[in-house]
Amino acid sequence: MPKELESGSPESPDDSSSTTQTLELLCHLDNTAHGNMACVVWEPMGDGKKIISLADNHILLWDLQESSSKAVLASSASLEGKGQLKFTSGRWSPHHNCTQVATANDTTLRGWDTRTMSQIYCIENAHGQLVRDLDFNPNKQYYLASCGDDCRVKFWDTRNVTEPVKTLEEHSHWVWNVRYNHSHDQLILTGSSDSRVILSNMVSISSEPFGHLVDDDDLSDQEEHHQEEKNKEPLQDSVIATYEEHEDSVYAVDWSSADPWLFASLSYDGRLVVNRVPRALKYHILL
Amino acid sequence: MATAAASGLGPGSGPGDSPEGPEPEAPERRRKAHGMLKLYYGLSEGETAGRPPGSDPLDPIDLNGAHFDPEMYLDKLRRECPLAQLMDSETDMVRQIRALDSDMQTLVYENYNKFISATDTIRKMKNDFRKMEDEMDRLANNMAVITDFSARISATLQDCHERITKLAGVHALLRKLQFLFELPSRLTKCVELGAYGQAVRYQGRARAVLQQYQHLPSFRAIQDDCQVITARLAQQLRQRFREGGSGAPEQAECVELLLALGEPAEELCEEFLVHARGRLEDELRSLEAELGPSPPAPDILEFTDRGGSGFVGGLCQVAAAYQELFAAQGSAGAEKLAAFARELGGRYFALVERRLAQEQGGGDNSLLVRALDRFHRRLRAPGALLAAAGLAEAATEIVERVARERLGHHLQGLRAAFLGCLTDVRQALAAPRLTGKEGPGLAELLANVASSVLSHIKASLAAVHLFTAKEVSFSNKPYFRGEFCSQGVREGLIVGFIHSMCQTAQSFCDSPGEKGGATPPALLLLLSRLCLDYETATISYILTLTDEQFLVQDQSPVTPVSVLCAEARETARRLLTHYVKVQGLVISQMLRKSVETRDWLSTLEPRNVRAVMKRVVEDTTAIDVQVGLLYEEGVRKAQSSDSSKRTFSVYSSSRQQGRYAPSYTPSAPMDTNLLSNIQKLFSERIDVFSPVEFNKVSVLTGIIKISLKTLLECVRLRTFGRFGLQQVQVDCHFLQLYLWRFVADEELVHLLLDEVVASAALRCPDPVPMEPSVVEVICERG
Repeated sequence: MPKELESGSPESPDDSSSTTQTLELLCHLDNTAHGNMACVVWEPMGDGKKIISLADNHILLWDLQESSSKAVLASSASLEGKGQLKFTSGRWSPHHNCTQVATANDTTLRGWDTRTMSQIYCIENAHGQLVRDLDFNPNKQYYLASCGDDCRVKFWDTRNVTEPVKTLEEHSHWVWNVRYNHSHDQLILTGSSDSRVILSNMVSISSEPFGHLVDDDDLSDQEEHHQEEKNKEPLQDSVIATYEEHEDSVYAVDWSSADPWLFASLSYDGRLVVNRVPRALKYHILL
Repeated sequence: MATAAASGLGPGSGPGDSPEGPEPEAPERRRKAHGMLKLYYGLSEGETAGRPPGSDPLDPIDLNGAHFDPEMYLDKLRRECPLAQLMDSETDMVRQIRALDSDMQTLVYENYNKFISATDTIRKMKNDFRKMEDEMDRLANNMAVITDFSARISATLQDCHERITKLAGVHALLRKLQFLFELPSRLTKCVELGAYGQAVRYQGRARAVLQQYQHLPSFRAIQDDCQVITARLAQQLRQRFREGGSGAPEQAECVELLLALGEPAEELCEEFLVHARGRLEDELRSLEAELGPSPPAPDILEFTDRGGSGFVGGLCQVAAAYQELFAAQGSAGAEKLAAFARELGGRYFALVERRLAQEQGGGDNSLLVRALDRFHRRLRAPGALLAAAGLAEAATEIVERVARERLGHHLQGLRAAFLGCLTDVRQALAAPRLTGKEGPGLAELLANVASSVLSHIKASLAAVHLFTAKEVSFSNKPYFRGEFCSQGVREGLIVGFIHSMCQTAQSFCDSPGEKGGATPPALLLLLSRLCLDYETATISYILTLTDEQFLVQDQSPVTPVSVLCAEARETARRLLTHYVKVQGLVISQMLRKSVETRDWLSTLEPRNVRAVMKRVVEDTTAIDVQVGLLYEEGVRKAQSSDSSKRTFSVYSSSRQQGRYAPSYTPSAPMDTNLLSNIQKLFSERIDVFSPVEFNKVSVLTGIIKISLKTLLECVRLRTFGRFGLQQVQVDCHFLQLYLWRFVADEELVHLLLDEVVASAALRCPDPVPMEPSVVEVICERG
């Protein structure tokens, strides 16, 4: 069952289509030979001519450069092993000149080199159960966050894959999404089918582990639209806030690409909640 | 009358009468009479005693006074008294005078005879004395004669006596001289005969004399001879001393003789110690040989016995002899001995420790304690003898160390026993599964584990209790009275074991085998129950037992029971939670596979409940049974009798209209969302992996929650055809029929199952639900 894909992003921007103009098919990724497509990711930097797609047990690198209407399969690799292996998720690392891609299948995390399409690392049993999502730290090389059905969020250093750097266990059901803030990578957003969104502050493993050593007593402002809020000491990892506006499972969370303090979460019942990082914390990070 | 009375009595001898008192009581009168007699004889104490106090002895009016003046008295009476009183006093006076007269007569009569006999006696004595005087005179004469004679005899004998005395002196001198002249030969003979003691004594006697008269040539010769012989003697003695074959007492004798011969003490003392060291080292070597690399070492008791009698005995002898012989050496000598004892003692201790280390693995505590006891007891003697060497302290230290190691060993043993129990349980759990029985003995297994662990603890306590037994010599050391009991046994052994037990149990939760399922869930359940039992009763029981057995006198802080209980409870909770997760995972994997592997779009019209659902119900029932074996039922929310029917109607009919039907209209998404949201407003949020309570219902609620939530999430990821939806409907109804009874709040099951069906309906392009009655029929048939 081939999938039609817009050239926007894997998360289809419905609203843009309804307000401005109709979508126009730019390019078709022909994956009839490879089965169900689970995930499509753009090359994060560069000229946007490369796409990785994950289909069943194949990882496919597409090149859009040749023609504007047809993607050319540049290279591919497939996962061999016993049983039916299926990729569930993948991310393209923004580091190393965009030559690395990480994928998840079942409980395993794998890293791939896009130049040779060969595996560069493998974290067996990264989670007790299925790995749902992963994300690269945008500011710190080698750092990777993953989440899965064991309710945990784990942080990895891909140079040493035997042990996670850190494990969070705040959710009470499957964690579907984990996202680093694009500019302040200590802020981690997770969404779970326990219908909660949790914003955590992982200072100790961020790119600015010492924060800004300015006391913000006079800056502490009352936040109005967050139920829970914890002001925190610098250098301490903790949960900043738990957002419980959703009534059903939260399946997607992401940061705004325009405002680093804004994020949105989407739940099964169709509710989209946009939240802001608590102002006190924002000042704490900025100042 | 008054005059008559006065003349009758005479001046100075006042009649015993007082003007005021005609109370003639017998003792009073007698006293008065005595007083008067005393007065008569001029006894002063009578004068003071017989008179009433305060009266003036010179008062002329006082009848009893010495200066009584009758005229003045009469004048006074006549002047002061009325007639009647005068008359009274007159009669009174007369009566008193009469009484006094008769008293007088009696006294005179009584004493007359005595006077006469006294006179006779005196007369006779006079005669006798005269006779005696004569005799004495004669005696004096005789004595004078005797003295005279005696003087004459002495004068005669004087001469002879002097000569005899002189002769006797000469004789003694000659004897001495003879001894001196004979001395060399005697000494030679003694040396030949080996009577060294005798020789040394002779030499000692002669030495001073020879020294004194060495200017005389003859004496000089003797002295030289003696010196030669003595030198030989000393050499022989040294020879004998060096050969050393003889025991310590003989050596001590040699040294004593050598000392008497005036050999330098320091050198001897060195040599003595060297020899003693040689002997003791032999002992040590033989001990070491026993210890040796070859395994057939004697048992520890024998070993310490041998060490005690051989080495420690020898050391005692050496020390005693040394102290006796070289007492003159003072503190330097004592220091030398102490250093000697310290060094050899250290080597002995090293050997004993090596031997004890070999024993460390062994199980028999009583033997070890007895051996230690002997070891310690034996070392008390040299310890007292050589306080400076610190042997007793070192021995105590060794015993303490061994005791500590023993505690560690027992702790290891307990841990191993606990792990062994767990292995047994694992095997027992694996075995019945093969034979197909459904874990019949879970409660028995629990009881087995609990009792075996408890008996191991008791055995260990009994074993270490030997260390504090009254009859053991080191049990009254402060370490064994205080620290050993509180820190060692209570904290180190018991509390340590409970800690390690909790940790071991908790490690099952942390094991990465979530996927591999390394730990059988039943074991988790069993351990959880075990920890809970420990929390409720066993810990306090064990600690009470320990405190009773080891009367802890030490005041150092100990871990309170509550802390341990909290730890055990936490462990139990974690284990149970982990059990819920594991079991929930098993069931949810089953459900997930069943949802993910099926092609829901092209499925046929449901005729049956899918087998996997039956399997789920079966497994849940099995878990229910399993948990029921160990945990109590727990509390459910009140429910109506026929709850399955009631909720079924709610979920299928209301949903049918409320949720599926409007989805045909364009406004459907709004409505469904609104409806479902409104409904959710009234239902509580379901916390899927929520903490578990210690009862069956809570455990099963947790498991079912996890499973159904998984089903829900999986369903949402799929697309369903019409019959696919209907199949889900059937399956959910089936689950509802059977699962409600397991959970605390059946509403939960209904909610989740409703959600599953609703989600499936949303994922269905052609949502035509099945008739509830048909669903019921299918479910009842299957």
